Amino acid sequence: MSIRFGLLALLEREPMYGYQLRTEFDTTTGSTWPLNVGQVYTTLARLERDGLVAAGEQDDDGRVRYAITDAGRSELQQWFDTPVVASDRPRDELAIKLALAVTVPGVDVAAVVQRQRASTMTSMQDLTRLKRGGDQGLSWALVLDAMRFQLEAEIRWLDHCEGVLARASRGPGADRRGAAAAERAARTGADR
Amino acid sequence: MTAPALEMVDVSRIHGRGDAAVHALRGLHLTVHPGELVAVMGPSGSGKSTLLNLAGGLDQATAGKVRVAGEELGSLSRSALAVLRRRKVGYVFQDYNLIPSLTAVENVALPLELDRVRTRQAIEQARTALDEVGLGGLHDRFPDDLSGGQQQRVAIARAVVGGRGLVLADEPTGALDSQTGEQVLALLRSRCDHGAAALLVTHEARHAGWADRVVFLRDGAVVDEAGSSLSPDAFLAGQQ
Repeated sequence: MSIRFGLLALLEREPMYGYQLRTEFDTTTGSTWPLNVGQVYTTLARLERDGLVAAGEQDDDGRVRYAITDAGRSELQQWFDTPVVASDRPRDELAIKLALAVTVPGVDVAAVVQRQRASTMTSMQDLTRLKRGGDQGLSWALVLDAMRFQLEAEIRWLDHCEGVLARASRGPGADRRGAAAAERAARTGADR
Repeated sequence: MTAPALEMVDVSRIHGRGDAAVHALRGLHLTVHPGELVAVMGPSGSGKSTLLNLAGGLDQATAGKVRVAGEELGSLSRSALAVLRRRKVGYVFQDYNLIPSLTAVENVALPLELDRVRTRQAIEQARTALDEVGLGGLHDRFPDDLSGGQQQRVAIARAVVGGRGLVLADEPTGALDSQTGEQVLALLRSRCDHGAAALLVTHEARHAGWADRVVFLRDGAVVDEAGSSLSPDAFLAGQQ
């Protein structure tokens, strides 16, 4: 997540002080990506250098209010107009971990998958409890749902990995035998 | 102390014999207390449906004990089992299973009437149950005049009407869009928060997230369980 665009988006609402930007950022994203004040001021300095925000006069308390410039507005619009692509995101540690696990002798990959699934599900339950709290604003609700859908995708992918691993461990021809046994079981069950 | 709504002790179910025997469940232990929502997840053939059928007394365990509200199903006569099913267990299915020629309130009142509750009283209880699932103004609609989400709400009202303590839900959101599915889960959750117990079979992780506990089944056995123990603040701190 780019702090740069986060700050520009907040400044598009109204000019703000640095500490105010930090608070607003936390409120909007439900503290999912907390910023420290240092990050805020460093980013503001860069945005000012690039002409995307302008610092106002210091007030009596020595505070400076920042405002978005036209160049900043256009940069922000471009950000909203451009889809996020996978290469912009950090590398997926879990995918890399599993890819390596299948190559290292003695690693119980199915157990790695199951442990991850239970852990991801626990996170899902925690997020769902937050959702049940129900007093979040619309922005926070959208962020929560984004995180829940990402966890859901991860669990579906883990289910898929488990199936692939099981087939690989049975070897060729096992699929048909397994399917025949399952079909027999279903028939027997249905007869009852 | 109140008995668990559902208790399964070392339950196995084997279909067929000898070489053709298929172990649908193997030594399963599962307890669901009043107020709890427990989700069961697992791939096709892992034993989810068998588990629900045994919990609802629609199938018999090959070994082990299944108790509903403290009563062991294996020790009951057929008629006593039928009574227990009517009074203690409610079902929610993927395709709602409402009777098309009955209105919403008549559908909800039906299990009570089958249990010889007087019609007026049954209808009154059904109206309360429909109000509780947010269908206050729609009591007299026929299922065809209701949306999928509303029909599933009627089904949930039917499952809990008359104080039945155990709801068995088999993919209740399977036919619904994402947002409506969430609303149905929120409703099931709220029924549990009011004291019902529910066993939810689902393949959707986001919906299982509403449960207090999530049980993972593989090849007829529980391989793991997920349950949240963190406070929301601690969880968010962990995410950072």
